[in-house]
Parts: sequence; structure tokens; C-alpha cells
Amino acid sequence: MKKEIICIECPNGCVLSLEIKDGEIVNLEGNKCDKGKVYAVSEIENPVRVLTTTVMSEGLSVLMVPVKTREPIPKSELLNAMEKIRKIKVKRSVEAGEVIVRNFMGLGVDLVATRSVS
Amino acid sequence: MKERELVIVGGGPAAMAAAISAHERGVRDILLLERDQFLGGILNQCIHTGFGLNYFKELLSGPEYAHRFIEKIKGIKDIEISLQSFVTHLNSDKELIYLRPGEMKEVRARAIIMATGCRERTREMIHVAGTRPAGIFSAGLAQKLINSEGLLPGQEIVVVGSGDIGLIMARRFTLEGAKVKAVIEIQKETKGLVRNVVQCLNDFNIPLYLSHKISRIYGKDRVEKVDVIAVDDNFNEVDNSKFEIECDTVLISAGLIPENELIEMAQVKMDKRTNTPISEKTNKTSIEGLFVCGNAFKIYDLVDSVTRDSIAAGEMAAEYLGYKK
Repeated sequence: MKKEIICIECPNGCVLSLEIKDGEIVNLEGNKCDKGKVYAVSEIENPVRVLTTTVMSEGLSVLMVPVKTREPIPKSELLNAMEKIRKIKVKRSVEAGEVIVRNFMGLGVDLVATRSVS
Repeated sequence: MKERELVIVGGGPAAMAAAISAHERGVRDILLLERDQFLGGILNQCIHTGFGLNYFKELLSGPEYAHRFIEKIKGIKDIEISLQSFVTHLNSDKELIYLRPGEMKEVRARAIIMATGCRERTREMIHVAGTRPAGIFSAGLAQKLINSEGLLPGQEIVVVGSGDIGLIMARRFTLEGAKVKAVIEIQKETKGLVRNVVQCLNDFNIPLYLSHKISRIYGKDRVEKVDVIAVDDNFNEVDNSKFEIECDTVLISAGLIPENELIEMAQVKMDKRTNTPISEKTNKTSIEGLFVCGNAFKIYDLVDSVTRDSIAAGEMAAEYLGYKK
């Protein structure tokens, strides 16, 4: 089976032409760098995305603390993750990069703050 | 009137890069005026990733990209950072008036770098007919409401224009539980990066209508629906192609305009069409020693490029002030 996907790893947006056999990529063209290859495999086997959103704070100088999953999580979990994140409240100062939830949803990925908020 | 060597207006990525680079070139008396209560500018509300791949060789969110510069600039004692400082006047002698809580200050600068960024084009600028109900927002305003204020300004959304901020906000509204019914783009291609079409629209099955426009907005108190119509290559409406979309919110993502009222006040020669200074070289203006950098000079696609050119602005200011390489 042939398939075309667009790489989202950088602003270039390479069009990747894939040839897939038994769920595996047997030929890949169009990627300008190795990131495209990693992306293509992931996109076929288990599409993942970094989730970026905000959590509410309480008593801090900024009402919303921006957060992200330190690594990408399965695309299918994005909306579930949002449900969980809505219930979180940050009540203490955090530094950019500090863990808000360790091993978020058991996915093996930490949810971290992306801004220092005191 | 107090005299300073270099005054920088703005506190976003352009201003911070320019300040740091001027300092690295030897300038020791720098005043940075930022109107907000935080440094970082628009990056603070751009919580998505996609920043820094060129400059840091890393994929960062907006606040993370800003954080790296904030940490660095706060460590430089020669740079005085004045927050909540709103510049109201600038003249061709490089004299500024600015307001801070409880006071008005005047300062004369030997060199000035304006890093005042840009603002969004509005509904009025793209000529959409109809009523004027609540529920029509520029995409960046909606971004601020959601990401900084924690407010969701609508439930059923139509995005007009396919600029990056509009695409990013289509995803953001979806993640927050709203329904994004369509993104409408009058051109044949999206204005935003293709990666954002993939990860913001396709990932969530949000329909994109290319070569379409919104022809009318309906609603008395709140937006109720919009008319959408196809256009041909000359942007003429195609007969019998009109359809309705019910929605309570219309987001306008129709591009950005450099914010340059202050240099205009100082009689800098301007290109009225783009609202940017007429210039033979990036960052320069018709007034010697008055520089403009970042999105105020021209609209950039990537903050990494803003940083690159703003570093150059800092160097140009240092050179103007007599500091050699």
C-alpha cells in the first residue's frame, strides 16, 4: 500500500511517500532528514503528539500555568488527558521544566510546567 | 531630562534579544520598557510547541522559549528592566515619555530600538457583512482568553482565515471541549504552516474550506450563524454555492500588522501599505540611531528569525553608539 503523509517535526513540512507492507514501512521517500523517518514509523505504528495546555493555579501571580507532556503521548489519549488535566490545580510556585504530575496517566511521561510562576 | 545610552521599547523576544546582544557588544547603560507586568510578550500565551528549532535546535513551547531569554536578561545587571511602562510619546530627537503606575517619566536616548511587535487584523479589515453581535474575536484574543485568563469564549466555532494562530486555536478550542465546525480560507492554499494543518485540523477532523469566504454573520446579541460561499480564482462569488454554518463564535485569523504608531509620531518615513518603516536595510529607519526589530519591522513566520534579526539590531545600535566589534 502506498501512502502520503506530511511530516510535522519542523516547519519544512516534508511530504513523505510511504510504501507499507504488513503494517511496516518498506520504502520511504521525501524526508529531508532522519526525523522524518522516525516520524513516519511512529505515525504508522502508534501516532503520538506532545500535548500542550494549561492548568489552573491558586494564589499565584499568573492564573493559568502552561504545561506540556515532556514526551509525546498517543494521539488517542489527548482528549482523555485533557479531562484529567482540567482537575489539576497548582498551588505552589513552579519553575519552568518542573514536574506537575509524574508518570502522567501511567503513560511513562511527566507533565511539566513550561513557565516559571511564583 | 535623564539621558540613557540605549532605550529598548518592548519586552518580547525581539526586545530581549536586542538588549542582550547590545550588551554583549559593550553597551552598559540599557533601559528596557515593557508595558505588561511580565517579560516574554506574546510568547507567554503561545503555549504550543514549535519554537526554537532553528535557534536552540530544540522544540520548545512559547513560554519556554521566552524563559531562556528572561533568565539571561535578568542576570545582566546593566540592563534596567522597567515593567508596566507604557511609552506614549517619541520624537525625532529620540526623546520618550512613558507612564508607570503613579508616574510619568521622560528620557532622552542616544539610541533606541523599537521592538513593539504587531497586532491582529480585524473583522472590519476583511469586510465581512452582517450584524455586530458578541462572539467575534481575533484568534489571538481568544488565545489570551483561554491560555492566560482561563476562559472559554465559545462552544461552536468557525475560524475565518487559516493563519497559524487560527489553526492553533482550532486545536486549542477542540482540546478544551468546544466544537470547531470549519476553518474558512479565501485563498487556494492555507496561509499557515502545513504541519499545523496536519496536527491542528486533520488530527481532529476539522473541515477546511479553501477558496471559500464568510459572506455574512448573523445574530442579534450573540453570533448565531454565518453564510459561507465558494469563490473563484478572481475571488468572485460562485453562484449557488452558499451554505450556512450555525455557530456562536467567529474567530478572525487574517494576518498581522506591525505596531508602529510611536515611530510614526517621531516622523519616521513609513510605508503606509505595510505599516513598516521604509528602509534600505533590516532594522534601520530614516532616523539615525532609531532602530526597529522583530514583528514591528516586518511580520515573521518564526520567532527564531525574530531572534536572529533582533540580535543584529542590538549590534547595529552598539555600532551606532561607537562600540567596535
